Amino acid sequence: MPEQPRVALFVTCLVDLFRPAIGLAAAELLEAAGCRVEVPEPQVCCGQPAFNSGDRATTEDLARQTIPALESYDYVVAPSGSCAGMLRVHFPELFDSDPGWKRRAEAVAAKSFELVAFLVDVLGFTDVPGRLEARVTYHDSCSGLRELGIKAQPRKLLGRVAGLELVEMSRPEVCCGFGGTFCVKYPEISTRMVDDKLADAEATGAELLLAGDLGCLLNMAGRAARKGSRLAVRHVAEILAGRLEEPPIAAPREKG
Amino acid sequence: MEPTSLAFRERAAAALEDPVLRTALSRLESGWQQGRARAVAALPEFELLRDAAVAIKDHVLAHLDFYLDIFERRFREAGGVVHWARDAAEARAIALEICRKAGAKTVTKSKSMVAEEIGLNAFLEANGLRVVETDLGEYIVQLAGEVPSHLVGPAVHMTRERIAELFARHHGGPPKQGSAELVAEARRVLRRRYLEAEVGITGANFLVAETGSIVTVTNEGNAELTQGLPRVHLVITGIEKVVPTVEDAFTLLRLLARSATGQEFAGYTTFLTGPARPDERDGPREMHLILLDNGRSAMVGGRFREMLRCIRCGACMNHCPVYLAAGGHAYGWVYVGPMGAVLTPQFAGLERTWTLPHASTFCGRCQEVCPVRIPLPELMRLWREEAHRRHLPPPTARYGLAAWAFLARRPALYRLATRLAVRGLGLLGRRRGRFSRLPLAAGWTATRDFPAPAGVTFHELWKARQRNRA
Repeated sequence: MPEQPRVALFVTCLVDLFRPAIGLAAAELLEAAGCRVEVPEPQVCCGQPAFNSGDRATTEDLARQTIPALESYDYVVAPSGSCAGMLRVHFPELFDSDPGWKRRAEAVAAKSFELVAFLVDVLGFTDVPGRLEARVTYHDSCSGLRELGIKAQPRKLLGRVAGLELVEMSRPEVCCGFGGTFCVKYPEISTRMVDDKLADAEATGAELLLAGDLGCLLNMAGRAARKGSRLAVRHVAEILAGRLEEPPIAAPREKG
Repeated sequence: MEPTSLAFRERAAAALEDPVLRTALSRLESGWQQGRARAVAALPEFELLRDAAVAIKDHVLAHLDFYLDIFERRFREAGGVVHWARDAAEARAIALEICRKAGAKTVTKSKSMVAEEIGLNAFLEANGLRVVETDLGEYIVQLAGEVPSHLVGPAVHMTRERIAELFARHHGGPPKQGSAELVAEARRVLRRRYLEAEVGITGANFLVAETGSIVTVTNEGNAELTQGLPRVHLVITGIEKVVPTVEDAFTLLRLLARSATGQEFAGYTTFLTGPARPDERDGPREMHLILLDNGRSAMVGGRFREMLRCIRCGACMNHCPVYLAAGGHAYGWVYVGPMGAVLTPQFAGLERTWTLPHASTFCGRCQEVCPVRIPLPELMRLWREEAHRRHLPPPTARYGLAAWAFLARRPALYRLATRLAVRGLGLLGRRRGRFSRLPLAAGWTATRDFPAPAGVTFHELWKARQRNRA
């Protein structure tokens, strides 16, 4: 590994638009772990909305737009299991009939990681700056869990946050019902799924629900807010970096 | 059967409000999901078995013509008659012809998804035959005039009260109370039918090429009575069910029940090779096999080939949060859950079923538990691509995607547009931190608040951060 690895932060479109604090937290964690962090352009979106809607042409265009921006770095890191999964697992699949681009996609895929998995598995970094007196529970987002095998890493790092107590849900691995456009195409099923998830999280007695994917977090926070749940919802990177000045997701930003 | 899959969303929404179905589906979740987990934990070589099963299935699919040819020869040598059916209509016609030649009035049937696929019962009944299902779940579903809602447990959506009421109506007498009484009553009725039937129809879980045997798996022994008592035994199955050897069949059998119900082995597994020999007193005098293609041979050479590995265990649906919310009937055709979302467009046409491959969050649990490692999300995505090409999703979804794609392809314009949008929404949502309602977002805001953006994009903040550092 280079002494100070150059890391491209792939910030993801949702973090860019909804919650930049997650991107800053990610950058701070990477810097604390000794990386030089850059945010190369152009980066818009990994293409998942198009990929999962069956729009293969747009997906390939976005991959061709993104790959050149990332190629020159030692690593590419995203604060999202599903976007990292797109880069790591699906980018190479897109170019089965285009050997030149396939090689480039494979090269980027091989050095692309989800943030927490990168910190633990690649850097062996556990000295997280976050401190928080709270009972929290952690939801395993599907793509991170099943495409990238992210399960132990966030728990390991949360275990190093002073004051924090992690209590497990009975079924932390069951989907929250987000599923990208699924949640608006099949809102009734999606709502049932997120209700089950919130009930499981509330039953732990935790005050804070964490996950590593902003899509899932927006879904869970949006439903929790609508139901008047007492659960606060945040991205795991915010806790690890100790970046809590931003109120929890879907919580009021100013005192009314 | 005409698919009603386009109404998936409405039927699923109704199912969510049905308390009986909720109870039934939660039982499935606690029963078979945990059963599988226990069975897998108790078998250290489970993952190796899965690899072996994939290898067997892929090998057969790469040499399907070869193994079908061997199987056909062995089956004939054992005294059986093979009929090849290109599609559902041909298969139905052959089955009717066999029943007519046998002079059949009553036909007993053990559970066969292929028979459901070709709509066999309705066809035989329309031609004057009495068809009696002998699998208890199928029998119940048949009495109710419904279709199975699960691959392995056709009547999982029913309660005991509903079954008692059905039995009382069809069998006469007062409604029975306990499960044991209901089972005893079904057994009494079905025993008469076994003896009356001139033809017994079964499916097959596997076809063994080296011996020409068919393999049936049940928990009730009803396949044995269906194939053993009538004079004529008719087997209907798909061409992908062939495996090279008895040993291969056992490899798959070791996975089947564990994946399905968590049993180590199902109650009854029978290898049957040919009809009764001339010197044997028991068994059918004639044995026929209809080998159905119905699009399968086209799948062998196409992008859905891996789907032909499926051994119909139902693990994908037992673990699918969408199936467990929607129930089987919402899928609107024979095959349900994730495997149904891939197979139904193949058999019933994408135009009338494109909603099914979209009814998934791609959470990946189905693939995780599939004993033959079928990449179900990937195959559903292939159907989504096909649906997109054919413009099947509604215009609103397509135009929304197209507008987003237009911007996403133009990073500079995207930055400008998103910066303005985020600023506007951030200002509007600043006080509450969320929106209860937003134009064009009803699918979200009907049940969820829409978290307000922070008001400034990450890329803006990052540029400012870099400037401050310089």
